[in-house]
Amino acid sequence: MILARDVRGTLAIAAVGVLFMLIAPSVLELFTIINLTTAIALAVLALSLALVWGYGGILCFGQNAFFGIGAYAYTIAAINFGGSSWAILVAILVAVAFAVVIGYVMFYGRVSDVYLAVITLTVSLILYSLIRRTSGPDYKIGKSLLGGFNGITSPPINLPWDPSFVLFPEHVFYVAMGALVVAYLFTSWLTRTHFGRVCVSIRENELRAELLGYDVRLYKLGIFAVGAGVAGLAGVLFCNGVGRVTPDVFNLYNAALTIIWVIVGGRGTLIGPILGAFGLFYLTSALGTQSTVNNNLVLGIILVVFVLGVPKGVIPTLAGWMAARRTRRALRARERRMRLRRARGGGGRNDGAGAGAGPGGGGPAGAGRGAGAPE
Amino acid sequence: MDLVAAVGLQILYGIANLALISLGLAIIFGMMRVINLAHGEFLMLGGYTVVIAANAGVNLWVAMLILAPLVVGVIGVVVERLLIRWLYGRMIDTLLATWGLSLLFIGIVTSIFGASTATTISPPLGVVSIGEYTSSAYELLLIGITVALGIAVFLVLKMTSLGLVARGTMQNAEMASALGVSTSRVYMITFGIGAAISGLAGGLLAPVTGVLPTIGAVYIAKAFITVISGGAAILAGTASASVLLGGVNGIAAFLTGPTIGEVALLVTAIVLLRLMPRGITGGLFRKSL
Repeated sequence: MILARDVRGTLAIAAVGVLFMLIAPSVLELFTIINLTTAIALAVLALSLALVWGYGGILCFGQNAFFGIGAYAYTIAAINFGGSSWAILVAILVAVAFAVVIGYVMFYGRVSDVYLAVITLTVSLILYSLIRRTSGPDYKIGKSLLGGFNGITSPPINLPWDPSFVLFPEHVFYVAMGALVVAYLFTSWLTRTHFGRVCVSIRENELRAELLGYDVRLYKLGIFAVGAGVAGLAGVLFCNGVGRVTPDVFNLYNAALTIIWVIVGGRGTLIGPILGAFGLFYLTSALGTQSTVNNNLVLGIILVVFVLGVPKGVIPTLAGWMAARRTRRALRARERRMRLRRARGGGGRNDGAGAGAGPGGGGPAGAGRGAGAPE
Repeated sequence: MDLVAAVGLQILYGIANLALISLGLAIIFGMMRVINLAHGEFLMLGGYTVVIAANAGVNLWVAMLILAPLVVGVIGVVVERLLIRWLYGRMIDTLLATWGLSLLFIGIVTSIFGASTATTISPPLGVVSIGEYTSSAYELLLIGITVALGIAVFLVLKMTSLGLVARGTMQNAEMASALGVSTSRVYMITFGIGAAISGLAGGLLAPVTGVLPTIGAVYIAKAFITVISGGAAILAGTASASVLLGGVNGIAAFLTGPTIGEVALLVTAIVLLRLMPRGITGGLFRKSL
């Protein structure tokens, strides 16, 4: 039953997303829509880390590496092919292939949590300093110069199989929002498959999962690669939203941002990090318009406060509160029924002692709560 | 012959540089199992201390060798008391909290000093010539200081009672505290010393690299990969990983250029970790310090 409610929740969220996609362009201004496209791309990135970290338990601190690789691969491929259709596929595949190589080394080398975090972060930072050095005509792949720290201008998405029909920014918004909804449905489906559940069991207890006969390394590699693919897709959307790709996608700030979305939104949910990405995107763009408070400062404080104070993240904490409230309410209702039964006649008195032991020594507390119950 | 000496010296400097920026991180990681993601910012703060002090008229050597470690050491102790000590045993949370700290430091320094390079200072001590090639005397000095620092850490750990207590706590904190050692104080001091050494390193490198609020990012990737490749042993790990990675980087950079040098460094580290997941000292010389 819980599962059914879960599925309904997922579909409801997806429906809200589709509704938003249909309504937003007619309500909001073009500038806002273009901004939103970037935010959506970041939300897809958040979703990929939500899958890898929240469900796979893989502490990947360099998820933005796959994001950046996706963006670069898309741009380079689109310039070389002269069209975006194959380039999107290439971008996702390159990101997955890169993840498989890195993941093979890490998971089959049995690299554990914290080491893994540092290695992935380092990979991202090394890509950053590497790509920054590639200015000048010597560094090119096919027809595309790599452009060093100035980056490359990304060709916009065109209609499938028709490179001459290039999409306008407002159309790219539909593509991005559609991709977010599809990616959300795909990842939440994945977490419900056998594969996804084994991944969660590995997160919970790696040794037990292994003793039950699952090849932990393979499953981890699998979910890591899928997450990288989603991140690669996010990169494609991002460079379409921004119009160019620069080495900054690999930098420490973006790596931290990705982690913060997931921490703030909550590990173990998919929608939490998505909302976290949207929320922080608007927070940081609001901060960007003034100059007294530095962006890094605010993000640093948010990260520290959440780690110390709300380690589970917003959505799971809220869900916990709601569940606690529901339980409390159910308990109160049961108590009220019991009291009624007791008041009605002596029949209840026989089992009164037994039932009294159940709710615990809660006689006085129950009375106290009873006073508030009629409200 | 001169060429060999000059290139050899350059590679040696690369190795020493790697060891210098990693040592503070290695101490904190080896002793406390805490990965300090604000390490790069400790280096950055050391650099700023030197630049500000030197511009205020303080003797450059005093600023580099005394002020930088002192200031950053104090910051380290404060950070340990306010933040890290709540998170012992929660490795991942420590990682995240120190990352927040790193962003916080970048933000604070940017707000105060601006996002661009602070007034730079030039490296002291001129050049030395090796035949027809020249090399900066300051780089030679840095190699010397790195070696001296390594020896000092070794002596403190091996010869002093503080070192003994620290090693005991590192091996078995519960037993140490049962024997009357205040482990919380040991951790505080260890973190402070690690931070101070990072500050010293940052201060010493400031004349070479200049300072920026975001310069930490330049260091940390290399420092992390060195410490992780080195494994748990502080000195042997840092030394062996620095020699291996710095050597590979130096040779590849000499043969092809700096870009390939960094790639070679990364690939070496990844292959190494595939073969020895717990680092060089996790696989070889386990008993070392």
